[in-house]
Amino acid sequence: MNNQPVIACQDIHKKFGQTEVLKGVSFDVFNSEVIVIIGPSGTGKSTLLRCLNLLTIPDQGKVWLEGEEITAPKVDINVVRQKMGMVFQDFNLFSHLTAIDNINVGLEKVCHFKKNEANEKALMHLNQVGLVDKKDLYPGQLSGGQQQRVAIARALAMDPVVMLFDEPTSALDPELIGEVLIVMKNLAKSGMTMIMVSHELGFAREVSNRIIFMENGVIGEQGSPEKLFTNPQNARTAQFLHKINELYGSTEEEQIAGKDVL
Amino acid sequence: MDFLKGTGVTLRVTFIGLLLGMALGLPLALMRTYGSKPVSKFAETYIALFRGTPLMVQLFLIYFGLPDFGITLERLTAACISLGLNSAAYQAEYFRGAFTSIGLGQMMAARALGMSKIKAIFYIIIPQALRLVVPGWANEAIGMLRASSVIFLIAILDVMGVGKVLSGRYFTPMASYSAVAIIYVILVLSMGWGLNKLENSLRIPGLQVELRK
Amino acid sequence: MLFPELLEAITSKVPWNIILNTFQVLLKGMVVTVEVAVGALFLGIVLGLVLGLGRVYGGSLVSKVIAIFVLILRALPPVLTIFILFYAVTSIINLPPLLAGILSLGLSSGAFQAEIFRGAILGVPDGQMISARALGMTKGEAIRTIIIPQAFRLAIPSWSNEAALVIKNSSLVYVLGIPDMMRQAQYAAARTAEPFLIFSLTALAYYLLILLANKGLSALDQKFRIPTLELEL
Repeated sequence: MNNQPVIACQDIHKKFGQTEVLKGVSFDVFNSEVIVIIGPSGTGKSTLLRCLNLLTIPDQGKVWLEGEEITAPKVDINVVRQKMGMVFQDFNLFSHLTAIDNINVGLEKVCHFKKNEANEKALMHLNQVGLVDKKDLYPGQLSGGQQQRVAIARALAMDPVVMLFDEPTSALDPELIGEVLIVMKNLAKSGMTMIMVSHELGFAREVSNRIIFMENGVIGEQGSPEKLFTNPQNARTAQFLHKINELYGSTEEEQIAGKDVL
Repeated sequence: MDFLKGTGVTLRVTFIGLLLGMALGLPLALMRTYGSKPVSKFAETYIALFRGTPLMVQLFLIYFGLPDFGITLERLTAACISLGLNSAAYQAEYFRGAFTSIGLGQMMAARALGMSKIKAIFYIIIPQALRLVVPGWANEAIGMLRASSVIFLIAILDVMGVGKVLSGRYFTPMASYSAVAIIYVILVLSMGWGLNKLENSLRIPGLQVELRK
Repeated sequence: MLFPELLEAITSKVPWNIILNTFQVLLKGMVVTVEVAVGALFLGIVLGLVLGLGRVYGGSLVSKVIAIFVLILRALPPVLTIFILFYAVTSIINLPPLLAGILSLGLSSGAFQAEIFRGAILGVPDGQMISARALGMTKGEAIRTIIIPQAFRLAIPSWSNEAALVIKNSSLVYVLGIPDMMRQAQYAAARTAEPFLIFSLTALAYYLLILLANKGLSALDQKFRIPTLELEL
């Protein structure tokens, strides 16, 4: 089995105006890995994700997808992006298209599927996220959680090799977060390679293989959930996790609070 | 009878002007929003010039001024072109407003799926923009109907022109111009009613339509 | 190297004397144009405020009457309003064309400003009136001290638009024989037989005038801005 990372980045730098948001980030993601990137706001987590599919172009550094360097000059980025699915915090469904057409449009206009082939595939993916009965509704008629699930189906329909999630549940009401997390959990179980920026630590603990803690534009620490939650090397990591645990409440809180990590 | 013909001229000129304005306005708005720096600047300049100067001056420039360069146009042609070029600037701003309210997010999502910029604009942005622009466009249509009245100044027999001729012929300015006024009120009201119906039929549930008063 | 040739070309090919002369003539006309525009805008404000307030606070009958009046005036082309008013007024009294022009333009603008002010008044949150009355103010006091100052600020952007429009529409009064910029331009074009040059300069003159007006109104907007939380985006 090929042990080449599905997606890899090296020495990513990005500046917005005077502020340097990413100061040299490098990491690899292997097949079927579920990576969760956490960290305080403004540390460039979302920017990093957008650098992976070049929606944001890094000032410095390289990105590889399945061994091919996508930051090289002659690369057709549109073809590359078909292999990466992205799910946004604000869903960004196409408001003028029904749920099923939101999925159809990519299949027909980018992958050049025929109308009925596209429709069949779209239905399958809508079924995957449990929303077949809503296929003819417009985004304006769907709840936030439903919209996000359609957005996930839309990204999956392109048959990507990696799925990128940019704070997928941050814009959702608490009751609606669950339905989206279930879909993502099933996706992880099915072996999809996933990179997620999120505050959902419970989810991260349960489903991820590796957690990356970002701080000040660089990776502060990365490791398996158990390692980071119970025995973090970096003081800031512990501080951050403790704060978040306080907010959301966790049965492990006593364990972490009790440990002397300094 | 003359008034009927005059009304026909007014409506024809309004229609052509609006169409021309849309044909130019949409590309202008695209250039302004999605174009490179020089392209965007060009569009910006065009829009500023045509919105910042009186329609009458533009009309006179085209009808009286172009012959200086050997381009002599028929009255009606000059009128339609002038109205179209002027309207394009206003329509461009309405379209630009529509593009802005659609927001960056959907463009990002389209690109993330692998659509090229052009495909994204064509399949995602424009279909929505066309619906969002309807209230502003309706406004422009009525504005065009009223603005078209200046063409009587280059001796075109639109409603206003007929009114002027009749008032001179029969020495009854009040009667003639009142008739013109009544015709315009009827035209504007019916156009407004028709456009309202159009707006309602194009409504998509949940799609935010900009309310412009 | 090519400089002297370039200089010669510029000074000989370009009809500088015509341009200079045109500017002088246009400047004379600009004074009149500004008179007309300012007069019309002022009349428009007065009329617009009265109609706007009447529409919002006047009670059902007054509101409806005003609505119809405004609707008709807004449906008519400005040129038509000018003509009708001119003939109507001059058949009763002998009004100098300048005043007739200002009157008709002002009336037309007033109808549009009525809508602007109506929108601005309605734009002030309901809570403001409610709290004012709760404090014990009469309706009139509340309108004067609470609603109007806020509505005024809300109206500035649309009003700037209207100001630009009035300046442009002022060109229409030349049909009454008023020696504004447009009429001066026509004389100049006929005299010099250089219509393109003349009308281009006229366009430039209007453009600069409107630019100036917009800058002034922008400064006004800044001066009267109510400090809010400036977000660092």
